[in-house]
Amino acid sequence: MDKNKIQHHIEKYKSLPGGLLPLMHAIQDDLGYIPEESYPLISQEMSLSVAEIHGFVSFYHHFRTKKTGKNLIQVCRAESCQAMNSKSIEIYLKDKLGIDYHEMTEDQKFSLEPVYCLGNCACSPSIMINDDVYGRVDKEKIDKLIKDIE
Amino acid sequence: MTIKIYVPIDSTAQSLGANEIAIAIELEAQKRKLEIELIRNGSRGLFWLEPLVEVVHNGNRIAYGPIIEEDVKSLFDSKFYEGGQHDKYLGKTDEIAWLKNQERLTFVRVGITDPLSLKDYLDHEGFVGLKKAVNFEPQKIVDEVKDSGLRGRGGAAFPTGIKWQTVLDTQSSQKYIVCNADEGDSGTFSDRMIMENDPFLLIEGMIIAGLAVNADHGYIYLRSEYPHALDVLNKAINIAEENNYLGKNILNSNKNFTLEVRRAAGAYICGEETSLLESLEGKRGLVRYKPPLPAIEGLFGKPTVVNNVISLATIPIILSKGAQYYADFGVGRSKGTLPIQLAGNLKQTGLIEKAFGITLRELLYDFGGGSATGKKIKAVQVGGPLGAFISEENFDIELDYEAYSKLNAVVGHGGIVVFDEDVNMAEMARYSFEFCAIESCGKCTPCRIGSTRGMEVIDKIVAKDEQPKNVALLENLCDTMVNGSLCAMGGMTPFPVMSALKYFPNDFGVESKPLKT
Repeated sequence: MDKNKIQHHIEKYKSLPGGLLPLMHAIQDDLGYIPEESYPLISQEMSLSVAEIHGFVSFYHHFRTKKTGKNLIQVCRAESCQAMNSKSIEIYLKDKLGIDYHEMTEDQKFSLEPVYCLGNCACSPSIMINDDVYGRVDKEKIDKLIKDIE
Repeated sequence: MTIKIYVPIDSTAQSLGANEIAIAIELEAQKRKLEIELIRNGSRGLFWLEPLVEVVHNGNRIAYGPIIEEDVKSLFDSKFYEGGQHDKYLGKTDEIAWLKNQERLTFVRVGITDPLSLKDYLDHEGFVGLKKAVNFEPQKIVDEVKDSGLRGRGGAAFPTGIKWQTVLDTQSSQKYIVCNADEGDSGTFSDRMIMENDPFLLIEGMIIAGLAVNADHGYIYLRSEYPHALDVLNKAINIAEENNYLGKNILNSNKNFTLEVRRAAGAYICGEETSLLESLEGKRGLVRYKPPLPAIEGLFGKPTVVNNVISLATIPIILSKGAQYYADFGVGRSKGTLPIQLAGNLKQTGLIEKAFGITLRELLYDFGGGSATGKKIKAVQVGGPLGAFISEENFDIELDYEAYSKLNAVVGHGGIVVFDEDVNMAEMARYSFEFCAIESCGKCTPCRIGSTRGMEVIDKIVAKDEQPKNVALLENLCDTMVNGSLCAMGGMTPFPVMSALKYFPNDFGVESKPLKT
């Protein structure tokens, strides 16, 4: 854990009202996850208990306390995508990457997470790779996207 | 003469390759030594035709779509920049029936302008509402909003003007405007479209809200799944600040208003207003007891207006054209227009802004063109994951808050998700509980525990394990959740569940309808 980096983010958000939320985003954007070892430091600086920090982080699906693969693939599981057979996309991706949800490939290239709506419902099924959404995905499109990354 | 070409920058268009197409068009134009001006406009909302490329020819915008990268060369070959014929030629954009048959008030500019061009915004009547509002007394602004009949478009349909009146009447040196942009309902994307494609509109609506209730700071609580919207909003806020629409002494009115975007963190429950406020305060998004109402004790304990993106984005046109103009649209107590989002298994999906009163049948068949798979439409979920499933026998009921309420259904945020005959409604009902279990904040028991028990009971019904007893138990559980939950998450999850059982008992292996509902 890079203590200096975390301290730097804390300084930025310490006196901001409701600053814990943007602080946690800043840490995760920077490090890729929120290290649990940082809780005592955050707790001390933000005047919160370690339990409160844990409670906060574990409440939000977006925040993770473990490293993810270099590329995060999120598969939409919500109704509109279900109506366009997203189930087959889920099965295909899990099979192709050889991992289940919340897991990372051995080469640490990919992590797979479910997501509940990407707001791309008019072009279901959708997936998101890092910050980019892809609509009307099928097996061929997924093969191409993953090949392009590799 | 420079050729004007439009390629949308909306994230749905991007999800289908619009960025690659924009690059390909520029390269092809260079190759052919054609002088072009490429504009990244918003999306018109005809998503089944995205990426929709437009050119200006003889003063008209001509559309081509859906374009793939491989089409670019042939578009140039057929001189699309002169309105030439091509397989993907759609004619004048404004004449496309889908668009022509809408009543676009909130979305009047969306798809036409460059989202981050202040000049475009001003050229298309942007900030007209604000310029009026700065000369009004706060009460006059609130009266306009009340008279318009606008009700919360986030889903709860509470009269916006009454909420504002409460905040205006509450004495406090600090008040806030909070925009709920945590658009979590599946099948909805109208908030995203406004934020990405007409961000100044939301900013204008929020400033007017600030003037109306004497609040000088606003937050946009934006879901983390919308990175493109985040980028656009932040840029738009900067531009608005540089041009004195935000900050101190706005348009020399002696009024101040500042605005910031806060990223949410993937919790559906934070779309519930009190949970949202907790989250903004840097806490777990646990739902609060009401009262006190957020309008009296909201963010950091101060009087707060919490409104959905569409509600706020509708304020400018109410101010610029007058309350009566807006109220003349719609039916009964559902006044004005609703941005309807067609999604799921439909041939033609996208955004339709229509006055209240349109029927599902018109939406599904006249606009939607029937199912994408060509199979029979079996069920339609209206109003997101907490909305009831509607079966064909109710397709002719007018879209109207009260008419839907009679059905134990909701209009909600206007999302419509269509399922064909392959869907198993017992699985969908089970999913409703599963979703509730994943997203429940855990504060109240009916929601936290009822959701998991609900999944188990459905499994037993489907397995024909003491079926009549378990059907009765499911009814009982739903009744407890409706009446005993703290907020809509637990209180409305029974809507999709019970509607699935009521209209599609066969999918549960239940022969008859043994139901009270």
